[in-house]
Amino acid sequence: MLGNQKQKSKLQIKLQQFLFLFHKDQEALALNDPELQHEDLNFLSRSERYDVAVKKSALMVRKIREHAISNPEEIMWFKSYVHRGRPEPLDLHLGMFLPTILNQATPEQQDRFFMPAWNLQIIGTYAQTEMGHGSFIRGLETTATYDPSTQEFVLNSPTVTSIKWWPGGLGKTSNHAIVLAQLYTQGQCKGLHAFIVPIRRMGTHEPLPDGTYMKPPSDKLTYGTMVFIRSMIVGDSARALSQACTIAIRYSAVRHQSELKPGDPEPQILDYQTQQYKLFPLLVTAYAFRFVGNFMRETYHRITGDMNDGDYSQLPELHALSAGLKAFTSWVASAGIEECRMACGGHGYSRSSGLPDIYVTFSPSCTYEGENTVMMLQTARYLFKSYTQAKSGQKLVGTVSYLNDLCSHIQPQQVASQPMVVDINDISSLVEAYQLRAANLVEAAARNYRMELGRRKNKEEAWNSTSIDLVRASGAHCHYVVVKLFAAKLSEITDTAIHDVLSTLCLMYALYGISKNSGDFLHAGILNDLHISHVHQRVKELLAVIRPNAVALVDAFDYPDAVLASVLGRYDGNVYEHMFEWAKRSPLNKTEVHQSFYKYLKPLQSKL
Amino acid sequence: MPGTGHCRACSWRGMAAVGAAAKGPYKVQSAINPDIASERTAPGFPLEKLVNLLDGGAERTRIRRAVEHVVNGDTVFSRENEYFLTPTEQYELAVKRAVHLWQKMKELGWMDDGPELQFAYRIMGGNLAFGVHNGVFIPTITELGTDAQIAKWVPLAKDYQIIGTYAQTELGHGTYLRGLETTASFDPSNQDFILNTPKPSSIKWWPGDLGRSANHAVVLAQLYTQEKCHGMHAFIVQIRSLLDHSALPGVKIGDIGPKMAFEHVDNGYLILQNVRIPKENMLNRHSEVTSDGRYIKKSFDKINYIAMVLTRVKVIASEMVIPLSKACVIALRYSVVRRQSELKPGEMEAKILDYQTQQQKLLPQLATTFAFHFMSSSLETFCNQVKVQIKSKGDASSLPELHALSAGLKALISDACSAGVEVCRRACGGHGYSKLSGLPSLYTWVVASCTYEGENTVLQLQTARFLIKCLNKIDCGEPLPQSVSYLYEPVTSHCSAKEKSDFLKPFIYIESYKHRAHRLIKDAGIKLQSLLQSGVEQHVAWNSTSVQLARAAVAHCHYIVVKNFVETLEKLKFEPEIQQVVKMLCDLYALTGILDTTGDFLYDGYLTGKQLDLMTTSQQRLLSLVRKKAISIADALDYPDKQLNSAIGNYDGYVYQRLFEWVQKAPTNAKVNPAYEKYLKPRFRLAQSKL
Repeated sequence: MLGNQKQKSKLQIKLQQFLFLFHKDQEALALNDPELQHEDLNFLSRSERYDVAVKKSALMVRKIREHAISNPEEIMWFKSYVHRGRPEPLDLHLGMFLPTILNQATPEQQDRFFMPAWNLQIIGTYAQTEMGHGSFIRGLETTATYDPSTQEFVLNSPTVTSIKWWPGGLGKTSNHAIVLAQLYTQGQCKGLHAFIVPIRRMGTHEPLPDGTYMKPPSDKLTYGTMVFIRSMIVGDSARALSQACTIAIRYSAVRHQSELKPGDPEPQILDYQTQQYKLFPLLVTAYAFRFVGNFMRETYHRITGDMNDGDYSQLPELHALSAGLKAFTSWVASAGIEECRMACGGHGYSRSSGLPDIYVTFSPSCTYEGENTVMMLQTARYLFKSYTQAKSGQKLVGTVSYLNDLCSHIQPQQVASQPMVVDINDISSLVEAYQLRAANLVEAAARNYRMELGRRKNKEEAWNSTSIDLVRASGAHCHYVVVKLFAAKLSEITDTAIHDVLSTLCLMYALYGISKNSGDFLHAGILNDLHISHVHQRVKELLAVIRPNAVALVDAFDYPDAVLASVLGRYDGNVYEHMFEWAKRSPLNKTEVHQSFYKYLKPLQSKL
Repeated sequence: MPGTGHCRACSWRGMAAVGAAAKGPYKVQSAINPDIASERTAPGFPLEKLVNLLDGGAERTRIRRAVEHVVNGDTVFSRENEYFLTPTEQYELAVKRAVHLWQKMKELGWMDDGPELQFAYRIMGGNLAFGVHNGVFIPTITELGTDAQIAKWVPLAKDYQIIGTYAQTELGHGTYLRGLETTASFDPSNQDFILNTPKPSSIKWWPGDLGRSANHAVVLAQLYTQEKCHGMHAFIVQIRSLLDHSALPGVKIGDIGPKMAFEHVDNGYLILQNVRIPKENMLNRHSEVTSDGRYIKKSFDKINYIAMVLTRVKVIASEMVIPLSKACVIALRYSVVRRQSELKPGEMEAKILDYQTQQQKLLPQLATTFAFHFMSSSLETFCNQVKVQIKSKGDASSLPELHALSAGLKALISDACSAGVEVCRRACGGHGYSKLSGLPSLYTWVVASCTYEGENTVLQLQTARFLIKCLNKIDCGEPLPQSVSYLYEPVTSHCSAKEKSDFLKPFIYIESYKHRAHRLIKDAGIKLQSLLQSGVEQHVAWNSTSVQLARAAVAHCHYIVVKNFVETLEKLKFEPEIQQVVKMLCDLYALTGILDTTGDFLYDGYLTGKQLDLMTTSQQRLLSLVRKKAISIADALDYPDKQLNSAIGNYDGYVYQRLFEWVQKAPTNAKVNPAYEKYLKPRFRLAQSKL
């Protein structure tokens, strides 16, 4: 039914090469394995789903050994394909428990715990968050007090707010936990440390030789894990949003509704400008985030290499970038998934669409691994620091180097008021516009902060009173980084056809962002009314340019139907027939007459 | 403590009793968490009066509390286990509750159209079966049926002797009525109609109460007689046996499977194959088919839409504003109990509501709740006026305005309420993702309203179509309906505000919203006109302008909401203390709306950058003022704990204790873990010897 889908288009094949679909091996291993076939979870109860997940995880570990998959990233992809992108009971065991033992345990401790954990004889979780405490780890209340007389640590959750709360796999699966607790020894608190605690079996506490405290080699290592996970979330944002776009765009090519021209048959809903305006900006965002995700992954690996050589100089920037981009992309992707779902009308609300599942699985990334507003404020702190450095004459490098230009002027506010020559069809000109917007908002936030300080507030109060402005500045900075990375990607492309298509997408991304935030550009004097009118108009023209390639552009993401798990997003477009077949499997349809009829309705109706 | 304090005191005690059972350090220490008690010491306004204002008078507050007393005291209505139920159990409970509520009504003498049911629904939310039966099936018969038809069907339906659904949407067709494929063909030889859903895409899909409960349906179908199609008409079709509830011959029915939420509702599918129904089952108030098959139209076609408009207006209050208001109460209370990080070094961790960013998330949502509450009451009043005009004088002249207004406002309000509930949920951090917070189910409930009763973009474009017609009327010098008469007024080209206090003057911000709406509507009109003049076909021109048209419709509705808020404010002049607090919320709503879309107001220089900076300062100052009263204002929404059903939003502020105690009772914690026995035990045994 999707006319241009009979075979992969040339465009699709070319795009796929460019999108770095580097995990296809793991995909094939998982999807083609008869033992790893997936049943439709929509019809299972919560405890049945848990049962299926544990079963698959146990099987998965065996398969990882059989296939000798050892690279952590390949393990992650394989795991993701086995569970079709859904969270699973061993997430924290594989993602946090094992790595923490590898990174923070002594060789002796590794001997003792690693292999049993690798063989699932030990399943561990990572118990950090407490009922009353989250992102602010200094606030954690669990204590581990060393008792030299027995050479043991005594662990306590002393208050209701200190109960460990949320760790995945803890409720039913794990028998061990890495517990983050405030270490007390010789009457002093040494801050947060990690302890391995058996939780579902009688066991002894972990003894250490004596009561003297030894500092871990570098706090930066723990930092590294956080940066890694946040970088991964940027990739997750791209993945979740691109899956949602695939479903919504394919369905919009199959769904017909109303009439455009009186008397004509109902058109595909993808031909409505309003539908294009909902979906195409999200499609280009999915592409943009894909490139940003790849960039973050590469940067992380590069900087990890440096860190292994003892060079931590780039860590602060990467940390700020990963925090801000984690927040920026997860916010945009969450909202985007819901827009895709609603663009499918009522059917998007059915779990057969796959979209509710993508949303509820993805949206917690706005609140886990660092709540997004807190993340934005961390980035803001880095921006503010950089701005202050530039002001004092230091030369900035990296993504914040644009602040140098700002500070080289005597009166920074004046920079933007000189009308800029902007060509809205020239991507490098638009990158510059985004850069100016970010600079302007950083400058404004810094100015407001100084003003608050001038009102005799202390630093913390002044920071708090400026935080709305600071979050905005961080957002603008991240937006600029995304546009810049997308534009930079274009210069790597030699194939002209691909270059054309991706240039259109990049232009759309940049222009749509301006049209949605026109106030920032007008306020700063970067663009004028005429520019803005042209931007609005150009966005609509680009909708029509993208329309013919829309289905090929989502096909290029190359999600197999088994992964999308969506009746609306099927590759073959045969939506209605399969919706009907799917619905027949509803548990409520197991009997012709549901028992509630006899219990509650029949007594009323027998009066007839 | 003012009135509500007393009332709420009875409701939270029910759960605090559970608190007392906890042992050791995890026990509740005093009646009210001091962190939330300190928020209530000086609300600065008579709380009970604000409660009355929201209820529509002190007498209604009294009735509401009496209803809540009944509901809270009844174990059938207890919601405590709701988050742990399977979909099938949820459906069953919803049926049980609906029947039980009906028995209570009879017992207590509550009227169908009285305030009691409305209040019962307000607190129970979407947890009753037969919403479509009561909310659409019966009203449709009342609106579209003749007196004889009403007399025959409605009493049976009201007694639950028959349960009906409203079968309009099809698998392949939604909002666009003319596209529906189900047919009803008149057979003069038998004096009956033959109904058919001829293709997979014409299977009736989604109707609530259909999958398992209903034995009748109002089916919307294309009427064919004398080989001519006369468009959509409504027919009463019996679909299940009244004896054993099995599907009747030619009828196939089932549930449509799991959804994002609403698992207690049996949304269903319906296939009709040559199902015959008697001639008198066509709802005949506005048209009929004579025995020889002639089609007669008795009254104005558009009248069919009144039922749809009525439903739409009702769901704005019950399905959109209520979830947002509940989410605000939960998130605000949690935000004064949750402490996180340090605001001042060395001091204890700060209440998260003291962070400016948290205020920026939550307080505008609280203001929005009030804006929409007042808007939906005004719209309901207008709707009732139009209904009376039509019924008593046959005067449908206000219908287009009502239709346009209800469509655009439904879209605006459902979008904003859904986004707002999700903001509240995320503002509660990780705990907002726990179902026990109550917030995830409020979101999945409210967000459904963006796509049902008319998909929002389609509705915005309907409003836009009306606005464009109004522009054409201006050209012809014809008068305009009241809500759009501002299009006749001259526009001011610059905002007159000079200092930040000017932005707290309602006429300043009303004027700004008016200016924007005016400009966007006119610009869209000009664009459309210029395309037409350049020879573009009408439908192409409309489609190419539709993004702009939708935007204009939103701006129009936004203006209407702000204006209505200010008008409500003016009516409060004899209650200055209440007026003062409501005005703060009105100012906050209006200014936040401008700051969220600054581009619209800076464009064409209506606001200058300088003015925008002043307004920003003004809005941030408002945040800190509303902050001080936030908990009292939330208390004035007066939801009993039992029906808020949130571990983190209770009146007494004991969040962590309640979370802990509630999960102790969770079914998942009550039994052995079969997955452990089956998959994990053998492996764990191996580790025994090594550790």
